[in-house]
Amino acid sequence: MTTLTIDRTSRWFGNVVAVNDVTMEISPGVTGLLGPNGAGKSTLIHMMGGFLAPSTGSVTLDGAPIWRNEKAYHEIGLVPEREGMYDFLKGHEFVLANAELHGLADPGAAARRALATVDMEHAQDRRISTYSKGMRQRVKMASALVHDPSVLLLDEPFNGMDPRQRMHLMDLLRKMGDDGRTVLFSSHILEEVEQLASHIEVIVAGRHAASGNFRKIRRLMTDRPHRYLVRSSDDRALAAALIADPSTAGIEVDLGEHALRVQAVDFTRFTELLPRVAREQGIRLHTVSPSDESLESVFSYLVAA
Amino acid sequence: MSAYNPTVARLTYRALLGRRRALTLCVLPALLLAVAVAVRAMVGADDDVTAELLGGFALATMVPLIGVIAGTGAIGPEIDDGSVVYLLAKPLKRSTIVSTKLIVAIGVTVVFSAVPTLVAGFVLNGNSQQLAVAYAVAAAVASVAYSALFLLLGTVSRHAVVIGLVYALVWETLFGSLVPGARTLSVQQWALALAERIGGDGMITSDVGLPLAVVLLAAVTAGGAWWAGQKLRTLTLAGEG
Repeated sequence: MTTLTIDRTSRWFGNVVAVNDVTMEISPGVTGLLGPNGAGKSTLIHMMGGFLAPSTGSVTLDGAPIWRNEKAYHEIGLVPEREGMYDFLKGHEFVLANAELHGLADPGAAARRALATVDMEHAQDRRISTYSKGMRQRVKMASALVHDPSVLLLDEPFNGMDPRQRMHLMDLLRKMGDDGRTVLFSSHILEEVEQLASHIEVIVAGRHAASGNFRKIRRLMTDRPHRYLVRSSDDRALAAALIADPSTAGIEVDLGEHALRVQAVDFTRFTELLPRVAREQGIRLHTVSPSDESLESVFSYLVAA
Repeated sequence: MSAYNPTVARLTYRALLGRRRALTLCVLPALLLAVAVAVRAMVGADDDVTAELLGGFALATMVPLIGVIAGTGAIGPEIDDGSVVYLLAKPLKRSTIVSTKLIVAIGVTVVFSAVPTLVAGFVLNGNSQQLAVAYAVAAAVASVAYSALFLLLGTVSRHAVVIGLVYALVWETLFGSLVPGARTLSVQQWALALAERIGGDGMITSDVGLPLAVVLLAAVTAGGAWWAGQKLRTLTLAGEG
């Protein structure tokens, strides 16, 4: 049982604050670190991986600081986002070198085991430079798993993977979490986190915005006011009918756009209301588009909440 | 913890002696040997010409250039492409990583510069006046200092190769031969102080006395290695967001 503790940690670069007073605890199981690009996820993972000193606060592994503590790597397996990985080596040589660097008693057996875990034995004798993105990712995984670490840190592991590879990696990480390992991965894609993580930490603009299981995060996201842009054959009649229902909080007739801007407060009820009202009134709907579904706006809502 | 890790060494060797880099490393020694053979064939064994070729080309130009390639190449590319992460995320002292890479860089520089210097010396005048041995020893000693210096450069700057080349060509070759004051601060001159002792009377001269040269060589090597270790301890890999 290994727990990563981030305690009132900030990190700034010059006068840019990348991580701002974050406190969280990563326990065994799969945790997703969710946030838009540039939110500070990588900075946080770099601090957890011992590659960056916290400017203030502390990042500890079962109580021991990780920064400048090589011994922590007995417990940590790291899958970096960057691609550089000794391309001139064969897959097997690369994983074997990692096993040796960990000082394992039988590095050959450990390397074979790790390559089998990620299902890469068939390509282990090829040079890494010939690998596809997904194969590289799997060999990176093998190198991180070779010493059987209790903590696995993955920075954007699904970037550039095809759906099949993604599923394979998800299965693998789920298994690791079920085995009682502490698995943390970062992602800016809600669906990835939703499918995999039993616990989610949301980071926005360097701040810890939300924390909980997926249901809790989802509720925070769906219970927020939704905005829609609606174009119809009779905007004003539609507006009058919609505002009568408690699921809407405000409607603006946008004359320039020839459209309605609707703010819905009850997401589920509104999605039923709109087509029903249109049918009853004989109004044709030309456009119904959510105007703030981008992840950033969801995040900004979470931060404000 | 030891000063040498065989796995780090193996990775460094393979990176350094990859096909393209190995070819680059071979160009200058091959040129030196070709010139030596040609000179011997045309002029015959001549001590002055030998000293000129070994001092002016081998020690002044070839050794620092090989040093730049091996020293910066032993660590710079790994830092640039981020693969150094796989060395750093291990229960391994950062000083062990640096000292291992230094040993490899020194080995490569000696093999590709001091050894060809020795061979060229024998080809040119059959080691008359001890010139071949003297310049080979100077090249080996300079290899150590250059390796440490350029390894450090590789950890400090992304433009290590360019800075190293400018240093090797402008400072060591140009200033080191022309401006008297600059010579005191030149690895080449320190190495020559050693060669002066070995070579025949008056054949080799250095602007620096032997004791000072030895102290400076040791200081540059130890200081470079130590500083590189410090840089690696605090190397941050937050390249992107």
